[in-house]
Amino acid sequence: MGLLSLAIWTPIFFGAVLLAFGRDEYAKTVRWVALIGALVSLLVTLPIYAGFDTASSTMQLVEKAPWIERFNVFYHLGVDGLSMWFVLLTAFITVIVVLAGWEVITDRVNQYMGAFLILSGLMVGVFTAVDGMLFYVFFEATLIPMYLIIGIWGGPNKIYAAFKFFLYTLLGSLLMLIALIYLYTQSGGSFDLATWHKLPLAASAQTFLFFAFFAAFAVKVPMWPVHTWLPDVHVEAPTGGSAVLAAIMLKLGAYGFLRFSLPIAPDAAREFAWLMIALSLVAVIYVGLVAMVQEDMKKLVAYSSVAHMGFVSLGFFIFNDIGVSGALVQMIAHGFVSAAMFLSIGVLYDRMHSREIASYGGVVNTMPKFAAFALLFAMANCGLPGTAGFVGEWMVILGAIKFNFWIGLAAASALIFGAAYTLWMVKRVYLGPVANDHVKELTDINAREFLVMALLAIAVLAMGLYPKPFTDVMDASVADLLKHVALSKLPQ
Amino acid sequence: MFEKLSIAAVYPEVLLAVMAIVIALVDLFVKSPRRTLTYALSMITIGVVAYLEACAASQGQTVYSFGNMVVSDPMGSWLKCFAALAVMVTLVYGRPYAADRDMLRGGEMFTLGLFALLGMFVMISGNNFLVLYLGLELLTLSSYALVALRRDNATASEAAMKYFVLGALASGFLLYGLSMLYGATGSLDISTVFKAVASGQIKHQVLVLGLVFVVCGLAFKFGVVPFHMWIPDVYQGAPTVVTLMIGGAPKLAAFAMTIRLLVEGLLPLAVDWQQMLMVLSIGSLLIGNLAAVAQTNLKRMLAFSTISQMGFVLIGLLSGVVNGNTAAAANAYSSSMFYVITYVLTTLATFGIILLLAREGFESEEITDLAGLNQRSPLYAGVMAVCMFSLAGVPPLVGFYAKLSVLQSLIASGQSGAIALAVFAVMMSLIGAFYYLRVVKVMYFDAPITATTVSAGSDVRVVLTINGALILILGMLPGGLMALCARAIVSTLGT
Repeated sequence: MGLLSLAIWTPIFFGAVLLAFGRDEYAKTVRWVALIGALVSLLVTLPIYAGFDTASSTMQLVEKAPWIERFNVFYHLGVDGLSMWFVLLTAFITVIVVLAGWEVITDRVNQYMGAFLILSGLMVGVFTAVDGMLFYVFFEATLIPMYLIIGIWGGPNKIYAAFKFFLYTLLGSLLMLIALIYLYTQSGGSFDLATWHKLPLAASAQTFLFFAFFAAFAVKVPMWPVHTWLPDVHVEAPTGGSAVLAAIMLKLGAYGFLRFSLPIAPDAAREFAWLMIALSLVAVIYVGLVAMVQEDMKKLVAYSSVAHMGFVSLGFFIFNDIGVSGALVQMIAHGFVSAAMFLSIGVLYDRMHSREIASYGGVVNTMPKFAAFALLFAMANCGLPGTAGFVGEWMVILGAIKFNFWIGLAAASALIFGAAYTLWMVKRVYLGPVANDHVKELTDINAREFLVMALLAIAVLAMGLYPKPFTDVMDASVADLLKHVALSKLPQ
Repeated sequence: MFEKLSIAAVYPEVLLAVMAIVIALVDLFVKSPRRTLTYALSMITIGVVAYLEACAASQGQTVYSFGNMVVSDPMGSWLKCFAALAVMVTLVYGRPYAADRDMLRGGEMFTLGLFALLGMFVMISGNNFLVLYLGLELLTLSSYALVALRRDNATASEAAMKYFVLGALASGFLLYGLSMLYGATGSLDISTVFKAVASGQIKHQVLVLGLVFVVCGLAFKFGVVPFHMWIPDVYQGAPTVVTLMIGGAPKLAAFAMTIRLLVEGLLPLAVDWQQMLMVLSIGSLLIGNLAAVAQTNLKRMLAFSTISQMGFVLIGLLSGVVNGNTAAAANAYSSSMFYVITYVLTTLATFGIILLLAREGFESEEITDLAGLNQRSPLYAGVMAVCMFSLAGVPPLVGFYAKLSVLQSLIASGQSGAIALAVFAVMMSLIGAFYYLRVVKVMYFDAPITATTVSAGSDVRVVLTINGALILILGMLPGGLMALCARAIVSTLGT
């Protein structure tokens, strides 16, 4: 079994074991098995990084076996510079989520942990699939565990949120399914991504494909105006669910743009770049403003996710290497930062059972250690230099200025909004005098929570101070992708 | 002439007929209320028959016998094998339920079940209009009686009445259509009819008029709009075990009969019947899905869900012939065959759960009766969830590949409006996802309304687990079954 298969199936195996044998009577064992499973899954991804050749832009660690012969579908895996880091990010976030749910989840622990482990394996599958149908299967399969996670362990309005999540994303991906089948017929019976990348397509076909993919990926990212599911879902999802959703599931959509929309329909991508840029700018600016007026912390962070993902889609569609690399870096950084933000809110919620900003105030007085971490993550969220949040945004803005000064300026202005809504929330929640008796009784984070926070803080700082390992991996693949996108695929 | 009467090709049918009668007689002397002896005999019979069909299918030969009246080919043998297995599983799931409701007394359930299976076999292997019709009538007459098996139950009797009246009407339609085709072509033999129609010397209008009635009759058997009215009432009214008997295996027979009549017999008229199927398919997808959303009764919801699923089967059937070119036919029909088989597999597990949850004096047929099933029994909740996600067409479950292959054959056909129909179909399956998800929601998100533990005999438990696991395993490795369907259809069309 290859490394990538191990990275996919190890967590799924542990998840299945938990589902089959776990009971609430021995929840403690279940938690430890889950943690071991998550750690082993993380360990098996490390050789992927170690063995990765940064100079090459081709698929590495390729595994290929026939899967559904009638449709010429292959179990075909591989990583390149675009996807490599997400495999590690997924495994890392899963460890964090297992730790974060340790004492908080007491009901059906085995199903909770099992769902996250299986979800983790499926998401690694999405990032490593190089066969269109395999990608789709993994992409869609992630909906099932997430639907259950939101619906079982979510907040008061969880059922609405679970349905909205499932149906909204299913709508988009069903259109993508038709696009995949169309490509299959056009390419003479192949689901191979590399074949599709080379396939010449007429302008009308490219437009159709571009928008079919757009339906799937824009909903997932989410881009304005199809972002409305995200705040509702984040608010109701359990902390771990929100963290995984923001940190990784949103990236599945953005990653899809790079793997499908840009290389398969490059002419359409160039033609509709203005639209994508416009939507991204709306997300960055308008949604940033929307975030500012939120009363609910989770909603605020959810809107801030939409705004941050706006940078990602902006970076993709300005077609220069610093923009695309920046967008990729932003995706990883946002993975760390948004997970950290949601987990911070989770720490507060576990104690106070409220997400309203108004119920807090002066938390720093009672929870100094926690407040220090929270402040660091907030700074990363508004893109302070030295934190992970800065690098990606800065690169995308540079790329945007190279592309068009005014677009760059508009994107840069968003940094101000980002700082405004994040810092304002920090001020109202953490700073100032102790607001009420509930805050007075808060206890600071325990060793487990400290560990979770510390791991994320290290990641955020490391990436902010030394982003080279991240960009090095991407450079060759990004250059190759841009070269490919620049060429017309219209039949001569 | 005598050599042509090669009886070997119909050994399974003969065995079934003999054993059905033997079991009826043996049952007279069985006293046990659970009918262990006759149950065992029925299971052995069906098991042997399934094995014989599997052997025949793997030999891959096409044999005509009884002067071309019946045919034994891989497609037919596989479908018969699966139909036999489906009836077997139905009996496993249904026996505790039937025993609790005093339906086993007299042993009719086994005899009628075997006769229904025999009817399906004849439908699947008939190569002659009358033989097909005979098989159909044997199946439906047994089904009417099965529905009415609880004779003191008002809803069941009402359902039986409705089923009988509408079913008789549909059989009349079919027979009328067949007789017109007979009048036009001068033959009841399907291969002769094919040659006559293909010669192009018969007046097109006459053929199409006959065709309309044939399609109506088939549409009734599939239960597609606008011939679907009986489905919800019968599904809901019949005892659940009988619902499964009607809603499971007979779909395989209906598929085979459609292939025999429309493809083997009337392929030259494909342009005409494909248009008819398209109308039926659009109607079924629309009405089946929309009406299912409004249901609170689980069996009724599944009835409407069946209607919409059959709409998908028709999509495969209508994509075979493009501009008179039959190159894509094998691909299209095998996608439908795959769809039907996986649909039956999923239906078995779904109704298996309903049968399992029903107790003495409690039917468990409202959706809310499933509330909190996950807390009561994670295993059965898991099986049901797998079924629901599969019916909704979410990967990695087998229902997804069924939809995929049907949509693929539709888009590959390149007919005008193919993409539009595909988009319509997936939009409808999005609506479908809503009501399937609602069942999952009730099981997983709602609190249980009863603390009763779910208990099942070890046979039911094992079969149900295997059934659920198969949906998942075939979802991860669908290639084998797809290839099997493709080979079967190719060898059938090739002759």
